[in-house]
Amino acid sequence: MDFLRPASWEEALAAKAEHPTAVPIAGGTDIMVEINFDHRRPEYLLDLNRIELLREWEVGEENVRLGASVPYTQIMEQLRAELPGLALASHTVASPQIRNRGGVGGNLGTASPAGDAHPALLAAGAEVEVESVRGNRFIPIDEFYTGVKRNALQPDELIKTVHIKKADGPQQYSKVGTRNAMVIAVCAFGLALHPETRTVRTGIGSAAPTPIRAKEAEEFLNAALEEGGFWDNGKIITPSIAKQFADLCSAAANPIDDVRGTAKYRRHAVGIMARRQLGWTWEQYRGADRTLEGAA
Amino acid sequence: MRVNFTVNGRRQEADDVWEGESLLYVLRERLGLPGSKNACEQGECGSCTVRLDGVPVCSCLVAAGQVEGRDVVTVEGLAEYAKQREEHGGCASGACGTSLDAAKKWEAKPGQDSQTGEGVELAPIQQAFIDAGAVQCGFCTPGLLVAADEMLERNPSPTDADIREALSGNLCRCTGYEKILDAVRLAAARQERQGEAV
Repeated sequence: MDFLRPASWEEALAAKAEHPTAVPIAGGTDIMVEINFDHRRPEYLLDLNRIELLREWEVGEENVRLGASVPYTQIMEQLRAELPGLALASHTVASPQIRNRGGVGGNLGTASPAGDAHPALLAAGAEVEVESVRGNRFIPIDEFYTGVKRNALQPDELIKTVHIKKADGPQQYSKVGTRNAMVIAVCAFGLALHPETRTVRTGIGSAAPTPIRAKEAEEFLNAALEEGGFWDNGKIITPSIAKQFADLCSAAANPIDDVRGTAKYRRHAVGIMARRQLGWTWEQYRGADRTLEGAA
Repeated sequence: MRVNFTVNGRRQEADDVWEGESLLYVLRERLGLPGSKNACEQGECGSCTVRLDGVPVCSCLVAAGQVEGRDVVTVEGLAEYAKQREEHGGCASGACGTSLDAAKKWEAKPGQDSQTGEGVELAPIQQAFIDAGAVQCGFCTPGLLVAADEMLERNPSPTDADIREALSGNLCRCTGYEKILDAVRLAAARQERQGEAV
């Protein structure tokens, strides 16, 4: 095994081009487990810890540009207003020690369907900026996950920045597990309201071969909210609409039975989380609306 | 490969380190610092918690090569670290460890054992663990001490929820956690009292 320690992003890209089998290591919270247990013996480890730009983030007009290695702790503490869904998701990651090391780039690189950040990224809307010596490209988050633990990265590419839409409305995230800390999701769900475009977006984790959106459920809810004038009148969403949305979210899931839970349970839990989160986010949206009315 | 880094304020050089080796292995097997415990090797238990540039991490998940040039505090250095912090009026980063010059001049005093901690002064959190009876088999203790000490540095008046959250990455199979919570509350109360006295 060789340990490559590039001091700059350019050096890292050159190293990855020269050794496409090199395994990037940043927080190490996935890869070190595999090495400790002898499940993996990469020929090259490519250490990204010395690359400052991966640990930086910037809040822009529309997006947050989040460096791939920004630890979850900082997302939780510093980006709660801009990325509420991802901040909630970050808080469910493992334990403080792990959140101090791990970042979204690792979640994306590993591309496990159970990665905690994925549903929040899908719901908020994001693009993954990857780069190689050949140049950079932006991969929409919907196209990033290509299979169980597979992603759209080419062998010579590294994940640089995740461009995430700043929240323009309430966002929620929940995760089912047996305890609060150190849990791999049985299943997870994220929901974001986008009042500016009058759309909702969803993300489902750990209930299909890849993280997915419940697109039919989104389309149904978008149409139902529009038809009922809900975005304007701020009325409580009719229970039948909420139920239909939840059922469509359940139907979008394509889970398996495994040690953490059964497919049936996962499908059911996804629907429950969807219905509850719709309630929570919509209340928040209505609340914000009411405050404005009261102030006027 | 060779790794140069600072441990408990002293410069260290580890040789013949295997590229896939963890920081925990280097600390225990190459530097003779067995305080950080090796239990799960997958970041689940927190027994190997150390501070890397001031931040609590599982040393089993840090590749040795990643600590080149960086600063590590283990449970063996916790008392000295806490003392320095007190003398320099608190500090939220690893910058308040022993300075390099001071570390170079460091000498073992008679009756002190840097490995077992015998004869060495204890950090307030260590004393609180003893006083509250929070140590049973002791295997989880070093990780808990490092995690709890860091929390009290950041958050001098923690709520019970804060304590639970800060220690949620550390497993203990003996105590049922109640006495550990007592110990952290005790340390926080003593810290506060001392703050008032000054």
